[in-house]
Amino acid sequence: MENAFFTLQEFMTHTKAVAYLLMAGALIGLPLFWLFLTGRDDKKRTF
Amino acid sequence: MQQISASLKNAAKPSVWTPFNIVAGIIIAVGLVLTVIRFTGGLGAVTNLDHNTPWGLWIGFDLMCGVALAAGGYMTSAACYIFGLKRFHTAVRPAILTAFLGYALVVLALHYDVGRPWRLPYPIFYSQGTSSLLFEVGLCVFLYLTVLFIEFTPAALEWLGLKRARNLVVKLVLVLTIFGVILSTLHQSSLGALYLIAPSKLHPLWYSSYLALFFFVSSMFAGLSMVIFESTLSHRFLHHKMDAHHVEQSGDVALGFAKAASFIMMGYLFMQMIGLAVDNDWHYLATGWGAWYLVEMIGFVALPAFFFAVGVREKRPGLIRWTALWAVLGIVLNRLNVSLVAFNWQLPMDQRYFPSWMEVVITLFIVTLGVVAYRFIATRMPILYEHPDYREQQEE
Repeated sequence: MENAFFTLQEFMTHTKAVAYLLMAGALIGLPLFWLFLTGRDDKKRTF
Repeated sequence: MQQISASLKNAAKPSVWTPFNIVAGIIIAVGLVLTVIRFTGGLGAVTNLDHNTPWGLWIGFDLMCGVALAAGGYMTSAACYIFGLKRFHTAVRPAILTAFLGYALVVLALHYDVGRPWRLPYPIFYSQGTSSLLFEVGLCVFLYLTVLFIEFTPAALEWLGLKRARNLVVKLVLVLTIFGVILSTLHQSSLGALYLIAPSKLHPLWYSSYLALFFFVSSMFAGLSMVIFESTLSHRFLHHKMDAHHVEQSGDVALGFAKAASFIMMGYLFMQMIGLAVDNDWHYLATGWGAWYLVEMIGFVALPAFFFAVGVREKRPGLIRWTALWAVLGIVLNRLNVSLVAFNWQLPMDQRYFPSWMEVVITLFIVTLGVVAYRFIATRMPILYEHPDYREQQEE
């Protein structure tokens, strides 16, 4: 169902809110994906 | 006795009539005939282009896909020379050669679309349209093709035995790589930005104010996937030209590039979602166009990214190589969607563009020229092996 927006303010508030939520998702999701991607890499010796 | 020695000579000499040569020869012959028709009869003689769709298959596939898939040149040389990942050194020359031939064929394909080849230098030297993105694309492609040619020359100079000239060019590698990355950043993104001028023609799911960013980021994993795919083909058909070092390193190259491609693809997926969010285009996903968009995003971005990741985790180069082909097809689908499929989406079907068989054959002709040129160069010059005279220098 498409939202009805009566002002640009409403449109921006809605779209920005969704974009920020997606950014939060990316900030959590991408590091997790990186851990999945590199999970079985040979560990580098740091000593 | 003479008969025996003659028959021995014939037996040692490989036949010219191989299946590859026959098929390539037929395509090139037909392509040359169509080339004559194109340049004598004009666009109307060979294409289905019209005022609604002035850019067809030659721009959508030959140019858009050609440039994206040639991105392996700047990605590989940046990884090796700027980020210092020397373990990818064996992939540099094949990637540079692929990129050089790719860009050269992009310029060739452009001639078919634009016509009047003698006017090619005009936008650069005679009448610069500095307010146009096309000018920026043209200038970058012109400069980057020159950079790629210089980057490719060490292999040719080693083959010709011109040591001093070769050593001189090798000293320029870092500068050329930096120049190449800058030029690629500019024109890969500008190719996407070209479509910003047509918001009413391109379907909202593909149109976004972030188009330039999408094109640039997708070119990164396109280039990486293409290097893996091209290395697979070299392994299959030019294995005898590869030295032990190249064979040994190819698995590492595939794993490293697949890891980078997988992560960039996931980032690209998030960017696409943000593109949908800022324009509030979510409701289009429930339409037929939405289904096609999801086929592209899930079927040709998310799934290849996942399978690249599985291939990296389980160290399965075979899976990575198949996935690279999958990702390459995904990039082709994306560029065709933006330039042809979702372009003029609101027009009735009888007014939509579909390429003529002659356009398709000319595209095949140009791709075949690239494959033949790659094969000619890779079987003669030190592309897939290190020249014995320079082995120590290259290992440094």
